[in-house]
Amino acid sequence: MSSTMVTERVETSVGASSKFSLKEWIFTTDHKRVAVLYMIGAFAAFFVAGIMAMLMRTELASLGPTVTANPNTYNVWLYFHGAAMILGYQIPALTGFFANYYVPLMIGAKDVAFPRVNALSFWLFWMGIVMALLTFVIPDPPDVMWTGYPPYSIITGGNTAFYTFTVLLMGFSSIAGGVNFLTTIIYMRAPGMTWGKLNMFIWCTLAAFIIQLIFVPILGVAVTMLTLDKYVGTHFFDAAAGGSALIYENLFWFYSHPAVYVIFLPAMGIIYEIVATFSRNAIFNYKKMVYYGVMGVVALAGLVWAHHLYVAGIPNWLVLIQVFSTLIISIPVGLLMIGLLGTLYKGSIHYGTPMLYAAGFLFLFLIGGLTGIPNAMSAIYVHLTDTYWMPGHFHYVMAVSMTTAIIGGTYYVFPKMTGRMYSETLGRIGFALFFIGVNITFMLTMIMGVKGMPRRYYDYQQFPEMEPLQQWATVGSYIILLGAIVVLISWIHGAFWGKKAPQNPWGSRSLEWTHAPSPPPPGNYGGEVRIPDDWDPYGYGK
Amino acid sequence: MKMLMRLTLAALLFAPAAALAENTGGAPDITEGWNHLWRELMIDITVIGVIFALITVYLLIKYRRRRSDEEGKGVKLTQLASAGWVFIPAFIFMADDIFLAAKNFELWNKMREVPEGAYEVKVEGFMWGWDITYPEGATATNELRVPVGKPIKVSLTSRDVLHSFFIPDYRVKWDAVPGMNTYLWFSGKEAGEHVITCAEYCGTLHSSMYGKVIVMPEAEFEEWLKANTPKKS
Repeated sequence: MSSTMVTERVETSVGASSKFSLKEWIFTTDHKRVAVLYMIGAFAAFFVAGIMAMLMRTELASLGPTVTANPNTYNVWLYFHGAAMILGYQIPALTGFFANYYVPLMIGAKDVAFPRVNALSFWLFWMGIVMALLTFVIPDPPDVMWTGYPPYSIITGGNTAFYTFTVLLMGFSSIAGGVNFLTTIIYMRAPGMTWGKLNMFIWCTLAAFIIQLIFVPILGVAVTMLTLDKYVGTHFFDAAAGGSALIYENLFWFYSHPAVYVIFLPAMGIIYEIVATFSRNAIFNYKKMVYYGVMGVVALAGLVWAHHLYVAGIPNWLVLIQVFSTLIISIPVGLLMIGLLGTLYKGSIHYGTPMLYAAGFLFLFLIGGLTGIPNAMSAIYVHLTDTYWMPGHFHYVMAVSMTTAIIGGTYYVFPKMTGRMYSETLGRIGFALFFIGVNITFMLTMIMGVKGMPRRYYDYQQFPEMEPLQQWATVGSYIILLGAIVVLISWIHGAFWGKKAPQNPWGSRSLEWTHAPSPPPPGNYGGEVRIPDDWDPYGYGK
Repeated sequence: MKMLMRLTLAALLFAPAAALAENTGGAPDITEGWNHLWRELMIDITVIGVIFALITVYLLIKYRRRRSDEEGKGVKLTQLASAGWVFIPAFIFMADDIFLAAKNFELWNKMREVPEGAYEVKVEGFMWGWDITYPEGATATNELRVPVGKPIKVSLTSRDVLHSFFIPDYRVKWDAVPGMNTYLWFSGKEAGEHVITCAEYCGTLHSSMYGKVIVMPEAEFEEWLKANTPKKS
């Protein structure tokens, strides 16, 4: 089979890339290098936003001032943590790093459809990161939370324009990326790579970019109106002049709820790849998972935004619709979970580090998904909204679950990307610390929420009984930090001193493992790839 | 048969409603209603969670790799089975969703329908506190005194930015929006004090924007109100 797939192999280009050249990296249009640059940017954002989280958790460990006596400093940390984790880490890691690395390789293409547009996306993203980091340099850092709700964001002394332009840069980057990847997936598939032969990750990325392209402009409009209101003197959100803050809340969530699926879908795709490869098993009910699971999420993505506004003063009929549409999200998401479990069934599961993260995902996402059901129910939501329950829930379902996919996915791609193996021992220690830490921190966060502790609080004089729980949550966060350090060490150690990786260390059947060397040269396969009729990326046990 | 199913469904949905209305002198007890629905919901999601978790643990242990060259023997589904694995779970989820939505609206309607004869208090949020105005003209800041056992309607608005009026002990919360009038209602079953706190980020001192609701015996409340109502001049 393998001899028929790549018709000619040109080895000449391999040597050119082996010597490090900064200029080559800066001006690169190679999708794999762009992916690596995205990875560095995304993990840098993760690192800085993670430090903010540690500062906040330390601040909360005792009543009264702990790290800082200035609540505004805390608010700036919190703003940066939220905005950078979502816009600078999760979305770019999943739709920048993984999409760039995998999409051309998995579909048998030489590169993306528009390599220069790809470089543009990437540089816009880096400018966004720089813009976000300037938060710590300018005298009036934004303190508007990642939601940027007016009127506060308009009357604050903080620099809301930095928030707006960070969002716009990331947004332009995403739109260019969306155009690029949709075109790539539609037109650049190798001959014989039919829609039915695509990896789950490709389907998930396609779906995520459809959502991005439809909804990102709406966020762009919302934050632009914010800046116009603050600096140009328009009155979109000014109640005294006939505007309303509710307009912004609707526009913001009309993008930002679908954004959850932009993060969720590629993460799910990565988990599917890891589970299929490490259990050497065909994906359970593949076609139906694509039609009803992945596309089901796309269909519902834009119909549930107002469940963030149940107590914001929206009309009752809208609440009625949103309760149903939100609960119904459980169907496609539940199907995708069943698909993962079905893929384990009669598989041959090997517990390499990526699979540990995938197994962790199965539990963390289960907790995250189920704790979303109370939020869909408007009457229950009344008490829970804007309490610690919400950060507890969305850290489980989004922050932590998706991070298992990102870290697990990075371990998974590691041998292909670096040409070296990481240390399994360090990988396992890192996972154990991460898994224990997140459960301590975010389980306690949810419990505090049910007890009524509101979120975005610098201090909690009115709830002194929360102090012990806060302290344990802080202990959990230090365990997470320890885990993150071990993960980072394992990557650096692996990339420089790891054993040479074979072409296909996992025994995968997917194209990038079976046919591309580790690491793949520019142009990937060194020739035209032809996919035989009987080929299947998950053709195990044949 | 269809009729029977409808009746059963109706009985399931409305039985807890009857229980809710006890001991509150007409007005439904939305605090206990919330606690009750929360417990039911926790049972619901715990059962689903435990089933999924047990299956996951079983699969993860049972199908671990024993020989390095071993490959999975994944099932090839027939057309019917493949559709079944979509539509049967979908119907189960859907049934649970509809059940939960129905339960939700029952409580939601009670939360949103202010009982007749409720005592209306105006509350205006500002950075950073709550201004309270009684219909008789008395005013207060951050201390909301109310008579015990009487439904209280809180009419909300905001002077500057978004705030959210939250009494955790009573399970009620609603946003205060500039230029809009919103409301919530609650009733204090026993005399005592409970925290009121802001739940929508409103800037530097957001976490210090708190006060208390003081539930007083009716007579004491009347006395306080009389003493604090400005004399007409």
